[in-house]
Amino acid sequence: MQQTWVGGHQVPHPETATGLDHRKVLMWVFLGSECMFFGSLIATYLVYAGRSVVGPFPKEILDIPVTSVSTFVLLTSSLMMVLALAAISRGDVRGFRVWLLATALMGATFLGFQVFEFNHFVHQGLTPRTNLFGTTFFTLTGFHGAHVTVGVVWLLSLVGLSFRKGHVTQENSLKVELAGLYWHFVDIVWIVIFTLVYLIGVTTG
Amino acid sequence: MDRERSPIRGAVKPRERAHPTPLTYVKVGTTLAVVTVVEVGVFYLHAMRPVIIPVFIVLSAVKFVLVAMFYMHLKFDSRLFSGLFVGGLMLATAIILALLALFAVFTG
Repeated sequence: MQQTWVGGHQVPHPETATGLDHRKVLMWVFLGSECMFFGSLIATYLVYAGRSVVGPFPKEILDIPVTSVSTFVLLTSSLMMVLALAAISRGDVRGFRVWLLATALMGATFLGFQVFEFNHFVHQGLTPRTNLFGTTFFTLTGFHGAHVTVGVVWLLSLVGLSFRKGHVTQENSLKVELAGLYWHFVDIVWIVIFTLVYLIGVTTG
Repeated sequence: MDRERSPIRGAVKPRERAHPTPLTYVKVGTTLAVVTVVEVGVFYLHAMRPVIIPVFIVLSAVKFVLVAMFYMHLKFDSRLFSGLFVGGLMLATAIILALLALFAVFTG
């Protein structure tokens, strides 16, 4: 058996030619492909930015204070996630459950903010069919929200599995790291969206 | 050399390091929060308007790199993972620049 680092401890994995666990390699290949997926959506948003013929326009409708809070919630959830990983890597299953539940709760809170925002926009007259801004905005942030939803379900599944003996332990904590990689990726995608769509979007109109 | 032979024939054992401690994670989290506060603060500073877009891009890049290096452990794990991720990231950047050029965003 070969070993790989998870947190402050090494965990065993089957022998591979690269010396790396194939599951982790696969996850990074997947995240690389996800970069291209979100890259295409972001490119589409940027291409059509400022080309809407009718309003509402970004400057009139995007709420920076509210989105700043939801951004802070998602960033904090990433901290909770690594603390959950650190806990399981030292064999602290109880601590792992607490931190992971906190992560999932913050992810759900972020989704709550998004539902509130979408609902508010629709009442203000902005739908995916209203203008180019509406179409590209809802597509980009909607796909991101879908990714967060998948992440929350994944994290809650891990919490549930941890109650079954031997499913989530120090030895197989790599499955927690894989979920964490996905979660942090969703976080960094939001870092880009928050800057390009919200901060720069409102600044440039 | 940062690699050594593993028991499997022809295989190599990539050099990886222990991941950060919870204290480091908290320090990175605090930095991320501070950078976000600075971002929002800059947004409301009218004096920053002429340079606001480059400032936003730099601050966003700082947060992106911190999460990737410390929370996703790219600083500590095999370089293959960095290659796979950065490769995807560079392709994504190329897609964005190509589409912006194709739709004449740079020339108006």
